[in-house]
Amino acid sequence: MHKIFIRSLVSSLVFLFTLTVSAVAKDVKAAFVYIGPTGDHGWTYQHDVGRKAVEAAGYKTTYVEGVPESADAERVLRQLANSGHDIIFTTSFGYMNPTNKVAKEFPKVKFEHATGYKREHSNVSTYAARFYEGRTILGTIAGSMTKSNVIGYVASFPIPEVIRGINSFTLAAQKVNPNIKTKIVWAFTWYDPGKEAEAAKALIDQGADIIAQHTDSTAIVQIAEKAGIFAFGQASDMDKFAPKAVLTSVENNWGPYYVDRVKAVDNGTWNQKDTWHGIGDGMVVISDLDSAIPADVRAKVNQLEKDLASGKVHSFTGPIYDQKGNLMVAEGKTADDGMLAGMMTYVKGVEGDIPK
Amino acid sequence: MIIDINFVGLIITSIMASAVPLILASCGELITERSGVLNLGVEGMMIIGAISGFALMTVTGSLIIAVFGAMLAGVLISTIFAFLTQTLITNHVATGLALTIFGIGISAMIGKNFVGIPGKEFPVLFGSLKDAIPFLSPILFGHSIVFYFAFALPFITNYFLKKTKIGLIVRAVGDSPDSASNQGINVRLVRYLCILYGGAMCGLGGAYLSMIYTPQWIENMTGGRGWIALALVVFSTWNPIKILIGAMIFGGLTIIQFHMQAIGVRIPVQFLTALPYIVTIIVLVVISRDSRKIRLSTPSSLGKSFYKDN
Repeated sequence: MHKIFIRSLVSSLVFLFTLTVSAVAKDVKAAFVYIGPTGDHGWTYQHDVGRKAVEAAGYKTTYVEGVPESADAERVLRQLANSGHDIIFTTSFGYMNPTNKVAKEFPKVKFEHATGYKREHSNVSTYAARFYEGRTILGTIAGSMTKSNVIGYVASFPIPEVIRGINSFTLAAQKVNPNIKTKIVWAFTWYDPGKEAEAAKALIDQGADIIAQHTDSTAIVQIAEKAGIFAFGQASDMDKFAPKAVLTSVENNWGPYYVDRVKAVDNGTWNQKDTWHGIGDGMVVISDLDSAIPADVRAKVNQLEKDLASGKVHSFTGPIYDQKGNLMVAEGKTADDGMLAGMMTYVKGVEGDIPK
Repeated sequence: MIIDINFVGLIITSIMASAVPLILASCGELITERSGVLNLGVEGMMIIGAISGFALMTVTGSLIIAVFGAMLAGVLISTIFAFLTQTLITNHVATGLALTIFGIGISAMIGKNFVGIPGKEFPVLFGSLKDAIPFLSPILFGHSIVFYFAFALPFITNYFLKKTKIGLIVRAVGDSPDSASNQGINVRLVRYLCILYGGAMCGLGGAYLSMIYTPQWIENMTGGRGWIALALVVFSTWNPIKILIGAMIFGGLTIIQFHMQAIGVRIPVQFLTALPYIVTIIVLVVISRDSRKIRLSTPSSLGKSFYKDN
């Protein structure tokens, strides 16, 4: 009798313990594959902020940084899928084929590939952010505030994502100021503070009084601060690096999406999707506007942000012409997602050629 | 585009600033190599200097501690290399490569907590004279003390190697460690000191990047500059003045190609970005083509381990 009592007490205690543990750490395990180091303070850093949000929601997470976009990626993905992860986020374009290949081998594991378009198996979803909407806001501010009418733009690599950003920025700037010129300099790096600084200095010496960037480090805004001109932050709020120069930043906000998808796996409601979220869904966030922005511009930008979010305004609304003057988007129409995804031509008003 | 003299002055200033880390690291490595030691760990020592300088600046708030701390960090990490290659007689090439990999890894580990923190402003000298004389003022005034030191260093190094007794000892050890040893010179000690000095200069070069040039820390921020510094030493045929020329050409073309892009010169961008590498090598090879001089300035026992038999 006595023994049975102790045994049942122990077993109920064990049961209680398991309950508490499962309440703290939920069963679903998520893994993240990163192209760069989490210390890049840019692309990978922002994905890792998203991962931490998943962790904060009570799920276990794993991440692997600096994974090359080669056969190595397949090896890492197989290992993660084999070690009990239920959902794997692959956060760079080049993981597209490895993700689909490994997804076929592990039909029970869910795969989420960022910035890609291939969903060959029912357990692969894709997701990306409409960063170009943020650049429409930056272009509007730049066009309104430039005095020299020369705007510098430090670009990374000639891929549709970057070209789309340049076009969206230039179209918005032209809309408020038809006389502006966008000077593009290709740094051919995503993050190398020294090189980015040199590119920014060259643009400033060439007369640019506002600089936009599509590279990740904070070197450019620091150079702008020293030169006493304006700049925009990329990926995260860069205001503290250059309080006077940074007018606003476009932030990558992956957290809500990641939490959503991991929860969906937990509830059994996960389904294949192609997500392309912008300002409206909170994946693209505009940081606080700097006090240097005049009241009328501020009002215009606030309205624009609301209209972009509601879909009332589209960044690529016709008529849009390319550099040679050919019509790209007719009057009253907007560019469809297919055109945006493969955009490899400059719009009218951008100087120079796209490196081939 | 208006070409005025101030504009040219600004470009030259940018070029000089970008050459500083290369000059520092190359001149440090030059002394190491002149003593007969090939240390391929320049990139690793620079990145350790970069994170140490930035971390000390953030934690202590003192720029002096940060600058000297970065140099000390370079000394410490190169001590590992010196111990392995000089005391345990390991292979220079393999140990140097390991040092680079180690440096990149450990800097990333230390740096985790320093990502996303803005650096402090580094004080400049003669800032008030910056606009006094057109063209010359921006070149001469308003730079950090490290900048002035870097441009004096090649001349100091040249004088040291050619005119001082210790310089001669370093060269003797690099050319013929056996003869030097027979003369009563402690070869191992000289090589140890030269390695540590190289580490200090590489550390300073890295700290210039993370504290002065672009005050921030991100992983891998040296971005291969250590390898370029290493190449400069070889292509300059171990001549500090030619290192200065090489570093200026390299920095210059990097910046001028950005200007050419901004002006809209119709040359493929990929070619422009490769230009600094190609031209620097060509120029240094051409100005150093005197084979007799190359033989004289090349440390004959570079990369060879020294065994003292006793």
